Amino acid sequence: MLSRAAWSVVLRRGGLGTRGKHSLEDSGKTWTRKMPPYTNYHAQRSYPMPDEPFCTELNAEQRALKEKEKGSWTQLSHAEKVALYRLQFHETFAEMNRRSNEWKTVMGCVFFFFGFTGLLIWWQRVYMFPEKPITLTDEWRAKQLQRILDMKANPVQGLASRWDYEKKQWKK
Amino acid sequence: MASSALMKPQMCGLLARCLQFHIVGTFIASLGVAALYKFAVAEPRKKAYADVYRNYDSMKDFEEMKKAGIFQSAK
Repeated sequence: MLSRAAWSVVLRRGGLGTRGKHSLEDSGKTWTRKMPPYTNYHAQRSYPMPDEPFCTELNAEQRALKEKEKGSWTQLSHAEKVALYRLQFHETFAEMNRRSNEWKTVMGCVFFFFGFTGLLIWWQRVYMFPEKPITLTDEWRAKQLQRILDMKANPVQGLASRWDYEKKQWKK
Repeated sequence: MASSALMKPQMCGLLARCLQFHIVGTFIASLGVAALYKFAVAEPRKKAYADVYRNYDSMKDFEEMKKAGIFQSAK
């Protein structure tokens, strides 16, 4: 995500969309809230307190409440404190951090594309791949393995330690 | 205000507690891994090498390899 400071500067300079109070006005209908993403408000778990409050256009009742907030907070009732919180923030921490089922979609798409890629490569194997090089044919690989066993490669814990030289077969 | 019976959360010493938990855990984990490696990997390997080379006859081995025909300079 673009850094918050830079993003705020871009928006404040009016780089994206109008900053007027009434963004949409036709036949007397006015829209008094700026729609996202033209507001500066975005809270997430790693950035829980954005610079601007959630509600910037307040009606008379809300403005009165804001005036009351300037006094002693012990005078505020519980409902008023909740209302002030809701003005400042869109969601509580519990709401903001709620889990979602997005991971199922993500994993489903990942597996789907795995499968699709597998089908593509299968088709390529059938119709496009050239002949195997001579060193990968079965006869050559058998002769190669016999030579490795004759050289007794890794006789302590590795390949030649699994071969029974008397009976000429793999150890059981 | 409605008073609820929540416990007062831990207010200080958070880093110290975290550090202690992780330092003790690190010691135990690393010593455990080292001990596991020694007894599951290192000792069996030493024993395997000792068993192979206790009665190892290098000349006999060489004759077998020569007979199999892998050398260019000793046929």
